[in-house]
Order: sequence, then C-alpha cells, then structure tokens
Amino acid sequence: MTALEFTIVVWALSALAGFLGALTGLGGGVVVVPALTLALGVDIKFAIGASLVSVIATSSGAAAAYVREGYSNIRIGMFLEIATTLGAIAGAFLAGRVSTHALAIVFGLMLLQAAYQSFKGLADRGANAESDSLSKRLRLGGSYPVDGKRQSYGVRNVPGGFAMMFGAGTLSGLLGIGSGAVKVIAMDRIMRIPFKVSTTTSNFMIGVTAAASAGLYLSRGYIDPRVAMPVMLGVLIGALLGAKVLVNARVKTLRIVFGVVILALALEMILNGATGKI
Amino acid sequence: MIGELLRAGVLLAAATVFAGGVLYLVRQHADRIDYHAFVAGAPSTRSVSGILQSAAHGHSEAIIEVGLLLLILTPIARVAVAMVGFLLERDRLYAMVSLIVLVILAFSLMHAT
Repeated sequence: MTALEFTIVVWALSALAGFLGALTGLGGGVVVVPALTLALGVDIKFAIGASLVSVIATSSGAAAAYVREGYSNIRIGMFLEIATTLGAIAGAFLAGRVSTHALAIVFGLMLLQAAYQSFKGLADRGANAESDSLSKRLRLGGSYPVDGKRQSYGVRNVPGGFAMMFGAGTLSGLLGIGSGAVKVIAMDRIMRIPFKVSTTTSNFMIGVTAAASAGLYLSRGYIDPRVAMPVMLGVLIGALLGAKVLVNARVKTLRIVFGVVILALALEMILNGATGKI
Repeated sequence: MIGELLRAGVLLAAATVFAGGVLYLVRQHADRIDYHAFVAGAPSTRSVSGILQSAAHGHSEAIIEVGLLLLILTPIARVAVAMVGFLLERDRLYAMVSLIVLVILAFSLMHAT
C-alpha cells in the first residue's frame, strides 16, 4: 500500500475511533491499536506510540470544556497524578522488555475488561457527603453543579484510589491507552467521588499520564510521525463530531454496540498474540 | 484560562502536524510503506534537538514531530499553570504536589534529549 492510501485509511479509522470514544467515554486508544495491528499489520509498538499521541490530543481537547464548567477537581487530579505518572513510567519501561506477543495478549485482556464495563455501564453511586480524615487533611473535597446549584462532596479511601491509579498509569504506559475507565472506577467506586466529577477529572488526568510515557516512547522510536500523523488528526476530528452528537445520542445503545465491537477485537488480539501473528 | 491554553496548544500542534503531513504526502505519497516489523528510526528522529534541527532543514517528518512535541507539551503546561495557580493562592501543599508531578514528567522527557 502507498503512503497516501495508508494515511487515508488510518485517518478514517481514527476518526471513527475518536467519534466512538467521545460518545462512550471509553477512549479512542482502545480502537486505534487493534485497528492498526489487526487491519493494517502495523507492529504493535508503532501502534501504541500513535495511540498514546491520540490520547493526549483528545484529553487536552476535551478537558478544556470540563475545567471551565466547574466539574473536574484539580486537587484530586493533581494528587492522583503522582501515582499515575509514576505508573506510566513503570509501564513504559515494561513495554520495552515485554514481547509483542505478550503485549497483544495483555491488550486483548484489557479490552475484555473494557467490553465488560461497556455492557455493565457505570452508574452513579451517589455522592458521599463526608470526607475521611486523610481526605480532609489533603483538602480533596469540593463541589460541583447539580441542577443549577453547587452540591458539595467528600472523598474517601485515598490509599486505595492511589494504588489503583498507579495500576491505571502502568496500563497506560504499557499499552499506549488512556486508562480512563480504570481511573473513573478508582474515583467513583473506591474514593466515592460523584460520577460526573470522576469522569471529567479522569479526562483531565489522562493527558498528563500519557505525557509521562511520551518521552520514553519517543526516545525508543515507538512514535513514528507517518503513523501518528493521521491518527492524531483523525481522532481529533472524530472526537469533535462525537461531542456534538453526544447531546442527542442514545448512549445505552452505543455502549452495547461498542461493547460487542470491543469484545470481538479483544478475542482477535488475544488469538493473534497467542498464535504469534502479532 | 487553563482551558483556553489547552485548546490553543492542541490547535497549534494539530496545525503543525497537518502542515508536516501535507508536505510529507506531497513529496512521498507514492512510497511503499511497511510497518510490519518494528525498527527504531534514526537517532535524529528520537531526540528533541535532532527533531528541531531536521525540521529547520524542512524535513516533513520532522515537522510532524515538532507538532507532536507541542502536543506532548500541552498537558505538561497545564500542570505548570496549575502549580503557578496554587502558588498564587498560597497553597503550598498543592504547589508541591504539582512540582512533584512536573519532576516526574521532566524525568520522562529527559530520555528524549
């Protein structure tokens, strides 16, 4: 295939990935890597490099809106970013030591988890009003807009959240993904932070986490400009369109469709990784 | 304010990547590509100084990489701006927290110099 054909195909696939990602919140990265490796035979290392770039692009693009609207909590995000960035560096170092077959299998397993999340849906647990003592000392609580008023909330179980964030960061550094779903689970379920605050704060954190592995990826040559270029531009446009459509979209249907697609991709990646095709 | 900065940064990065991409395709659209086997690119494509030098010479792929570097800078800039914000609020704890994150990010970037 020629450079032009490759660029166009990758751009189109990335736009789709960005579009779906904006609608389901499950990140374009999870679609970009399988699309590149399975459909176009691109080596997984180039794929994760390009995917990491797309993660930063969508995070920085979308986060702008959430910070403005007063949902995301910068203190929570910043504090937890210590864990995610450390994890990302660990993950990036691991990526250098792990074989492409193993990477494909781990990626497939991660996708299985993502498919499960997509089918299950993440419901709002209901904001917990009191912070525990550590959270109080760290001043992690805040407030967010609910029906025009500001509703205050507290935070709990910082150590648990911190540990899970380290895991999220490691996955991000290892697979070139945003790990947004893991971050939201850590905040929503473990730290009892309101769902909308969790998702917007996670979005703000994803880019920083990805930037932590970017330097390492770049120095190793995982980020090839000819692959990353159409991915970045495609995902940005797709995400922009997705955000516009989001208002009218029936998210539940989308989650199911997305879940099925991700499940199929998961099985393919695991199979190909196990039989040595990736 | 942070939001505007991020948006501007992403736009600038995207514009640079687009410009480099157009240049690359104009020159090399008929190239046969093969990304089947991972091979690390030339050292000049893997370090910030190499990339800048290459871009100054008009190499399209290097120009794309400059755009990618700008993109990578946007979240780092956000942390730096947040740190300044915390300092202005006299919030020493979170200024410190932001600084720690910046140090970790710097460590990673140092590998690309």
